[in-house]
Order: sequence, then C-alpha cells, then structure tokens
Amino acid sequence: MIVRQVLSRLLQALPTLVGVAVLVFVLVRVVPGDPIAMMIAPGASPDDIARLRGLYGLDRSIPEQFAIWAGRALAGDFGTSISLRQSVMSLVLARLPSTLELAVFATVIAIALGTALAVFGVRHRGRLGEAATDAATGFALSVPDFIWALLLMLVFGVLAPLLPISGRLDPSVDPGFVTRFYLVEALLRGRVAVAGDLVAHLLLPALALALPLAAMIGRVLKSSLAEEMLQDYVMLARVKGFSRWRIILGEALRNAAIPAVSLTGVQFTFLVGGTVLIEKIFSFPGIGNLAIDAVINRDLPLIQGLILVFALMFIVINLGLDLVYAALNPRLRHG
Amino acid sequence: MTVLDIAGLSAALHGGRPVLRDVSLVIGEGEVHGLVGMSGAGKSMVARAVLGILPAAVRLTAGAIRFQGRDLVGLDERGYRRLLGRDIALIPQDPLSALNPSRRIEAQMTDVMRLHLGLSARAARDRALVLLNEVRIRDPEAVLRRYPHELSGGMRQRVLIAISFACEPRLIIADEPTTALDVTVQQQILVMIRGLQRRHGTAILFVTHDLGVVAKVCGRMSVMHEGMVLEQGAVADIMAAPGHAFTRALFAATPRYDRPVEALAPVPAAVLADIAAAAQAFDAGRPC
Repeated sequence: MIVRQVLSRLLQALPTLVGVAVLVFVLVRVVPGDPIAMMIAPGASPDDIARLRGLYGLDRSIPEQFAIWAGRALAGDFGTSISLRQSVMSLVLARLPSTLELAVFATVIAIALGTALAVFGVRHRGRLGEAATDAATGFALSVPDFIWALLLMLVFGVLAPLLPISGRLDPSVDPGFVTRFYLVEALLRGRVAVAGDLVAHLLLPALALALPLAAMIGRVLKSSLAEEMLQDYVMLARVKGFSRWRIILGEALRNAAIPAVSLTGVQFTFLVGGTVLIEKIFSFPGIGNLAIDAVINRDLPLIQGLILVFALMFIVINLGLDLVYAALNPRLRHG
Repeated sequence: MTVLDIAGLSAALHGGRPVLRDVSLVIGEGEVHGLVGMSGAGKSMVARAVLGILPAAVRLTAGAIRFQGRDLVGLDERGYRRLLGRDIALIPQDPLSALNPSRRIEAQMTDVMRLHLGLSARAARDRALVLLNEVRIRDPEAVLRRYPHELSGGMRQRVLIAISFACEPRLIIADEPTTALDVTVQQQILVMIRGLQRRHGTAILFVTHDLGVVAKVCGRMSVMHEGMVLEQGAVADIMAAPGHAFTRALFAATPRYDRPVEALAPVPAAVLADIAAAAQAFDAGRPC
C-alpha cells in the first residue's frame, strides 16, 4: 500500500525531473560566460579553444548537446566536470552524504526546537512564558539563515571559541571510513570521539539552518496546538484526570501537527536550498559548496548534475511530507 | 448517603455579572437528578463547577460543592486530577468531538483505567471489552481497533458512556448526552444509561433541556433559569403539579404526541420578567 504510493509518486516526479533538466540545460547555455575561457590559461590560441569546445561538445547546437547529454545521463553518466576533471557522478556521490547529514541534523534540531517552543508557549498560555516564546520565534524568524550563520560564527567561533567554524571534521583526524556518511558510520562503529568531532562541526551550520525553520514550526504549531486545546476531547481528557503535560503531549500534539506539517512543509525545501550558502560560509564540503564553485567556473556538466540532485531532494522531501501527513492523520490512511 | 451536596453556590463573570445565584442541590447515592432549563439558564455552569472546569472568565463567589462530604471549592488541580475520571466522570454532550480523532478506541478507553486503577495494558483491555459489552456494542474486539471516525455517532456515545463507567465512579455528570444524537438513537441511549446506572448504583447529575428525557430517567429534578433554581423536587410530583409558573410554561412549551403543535406556547414574557426581577433583587441584596 505505502510502497505503491511511494512508487507512483516517484513516477509522477519523473516529468518534473525532465523539465528541470531541460530548463537548466538551456539556461546555463544562454547566460553569458564561457566555461572554456574560465579553464585555460590566458593567451591560448583560438585553435586550442576551438579544440577544447569540440572536446566537450560545446560546438554543437543546444538540442544536439541535450540529446547527447540526456542519452548518457540515462545510462548513469552525467559527464565530466570541466573544472575538476572528474566524473560528475563521483563528485556528487562523494559530497552528497555530508549535505544529507547536515540537512537531516538541521531538520531534527528545527523540529525538536520548534516543538519545544510551541509546547512551552501553550503550557504557559497567557503568562510571561508565552510572551517570551513569541518574542523568540519572532526574532528567529526575522533573521535569515546566512545572517544566523555569521552571528553564530562570531559568538561561538570568535568571542567564545567553543566550536569549530569550518570544515566537516578536524583535518588531523583520519577516520578511515568506507562510506561518506561519516556521522552515521561513526555512530554505528561506536567511534565516539570522531562522532563528537563531527557533531561539533555540524552544530553551528545546522543551527543556522534550523533556527528560522524552528521559529516557523514553533509559531504554526503553537497556534494549531492552542486551537486543539479548546477541543472537546481535550476537555474530556482533563475530566479523565490527566495532567496538562500529558494532555498536550499525549492528546493534542499529534492532532496539532497535522496542519503544522502542511503549513511548514515548504520550509523544509528552503532548508535544503539554504545549505548552499551555509556550506560556503562554513567551508563545509557538501554539494552546496560544490554548486557555488561550479557556477563560478561555469562548469556546465557539474551545474546540471547538481541541480538535478537538488530537484530530486525536493521531490523526496515532498514525498516524505505526504507520508508523514498520512501517518499522522488516520482519516487519510484508508483513502 | 449524600454523594453531591451543592449549597448556596453563586458564580459571576470577572466583570461582576452573576451567572449562578444561590444554587442548592442534593444528590443521594444512586440517584438521578435532572437539571432542566433553557439554554443559558446556568445548568451547564453548575456541571462545569462540579468538574472544576469553569471557563476562565467565571469564578465562584459563594457556596460549597461537597462531594462525599468534601468541599471541592478551592480544590487545586492536583486534587481534582485524583478525583476526576475515578470518582466523578463525565458523559459529554457531543460524541463526535469528544473522542480524540487520532487515537484508537482502545487507547482512549484503557488510559483512564491504567491511570486510576493501575491496571496493566492487558487487564485494562479486558475490562474495556466487558464495558463495551455492557453498552451493547457488537464485536467489541473490532471496535477497540477502530478510530473514532470509523464509528457512528451512537456508537461513539456508547463508547463515551463505557468510558464514564470505567472506574466505577460515584457520580457521573451527563451533559445533554443525547442532544447531538438521532431521535431514534436517543431512546436507546437513555434506556442504556438508566440500566447501567441502576446496575452500578451510580449517582447522575443529568443536565438537559428536554423534559421528556427527565421524565424517563430522573427521580428528582431542579428547574433553572437566570442561574437560579426555581423549583426542585421529585419528578413525579412536579410533573403532576408544577409549582412555579416557569415550570408550567416549560411543560406547555414541550411537544407531546397527545397535543396538537398549535398548543405549544413560548414561555410568557411576564413569567420571564418576574424571574429577571427576582434575579435583580438577589443581586442587589448580595452584591458581588
């Protein structure tokens, strides 16, 4: 049932991916900037340039180029990066795990923090606690993630240098891991020291990504939670003799999460988009950082590959949200 | 023995406007007491005061609510939590909204027993099955696995009634338990509540606007308007000879099969004016 739902949604996503591929392919070729000019030494002869253009297939028409690229892409070959001279596939696969770990870590922080803010605000409704949470969410929401990145860097990296502010892992540590999912592997292998160092490096960029999302979740969830607290079933739970905490966490929160998930869903995709700048700021070796370099170098094959990966991530996130939504709401499950 | 003894209970909005005026009412063990009145008469306010769930804008200004001899006025939340669900339970008005839409019936039936009776999950489940049989639900095993939206309104009200009897409370507050139901289901539910009440020896404060319901299930009754109890006594006596003009007017305004619809009359303005004057006199005599 769920497997079929996932498969059909992924099939429906295929046209989206094709559309993204076409759009990006045309766009990067229409905007000014020549990848060959970026890569060769000044003073190269026009003959050399023409030869290189031929080598990368850039001398053909755009539809022709697309047909060639798409044919190879279907076979899993997304071409070779012009600036890094490695296959796009291997570059993306090497960098994607760190971005995924960062995004998931940030999401977990955002959900935990946002839920805590909402529950705290509702528990202290009409009192100072509520005003404080409202002020905190308002503030966190009005500051964008890259400003948070700079602020956090300043406070925890410079004023009180408690946390590392660049990279993914201390350069002196060689974990010797088989996968690129360092944090997952470190935890599975019980390498506590390495995991600790990885988390220390993740904390600031993840927090910068998470704070605006946490504020958004906090605000939306708080208002839907406050509404749930007025429902008859909450009154009945009170009359059954349950404590306020138990009622909020055990009765109301799940129902309140249903509208909150649909209202904050789009924000999760913003978080993935946010990784691009945040990774750059924290010199974090993920695909976002790679994407910025690829754009600067006009590395067409790499840009195309990366944008497809981002599009795929957006699709997966939306699919995940739909599944969470259905899991939370029993009324949707048998539809 | 007296289960509930409400004595001289008055309540007012924060602005000072009284909502309950010197309400007194006694319910003995195993007795069903009907609290009748039009909407806004203050009958639900009495029910909420007993349960300690008055709206934030309302506070009690005088009187006592003695449950098994112990005054509940001023009881803190912790004290209420030990009492509610175990010794005092509620049958809510609207069965459609009183069950949590995202929890299975089993969870919503067993939680209260596990909390107050300390039952294991299995023991609570067994007791839930017994209770569902008592409220005449067929295939209780299947119902336990259901979510509220998969049950009809009547089924949900049966589940809620089963929940209210789960911990063998001494007192149940039934707040218009049949108002939201289909007329054909109303009758069955009333008969069932009456049967359960007799078997378990539970006292019930039965809040309703329907005199027909009172006649079917209640032994004693109080008629309320403007937050005051106008008349109180055995249902049979009041039905035979209503003492207050308002009660007579209420009877005249109740549809009956043996009378044409044209015979229905609204409560006369003069009667309402008299009651309003009495309420004002009460407020003037004892300003809040």
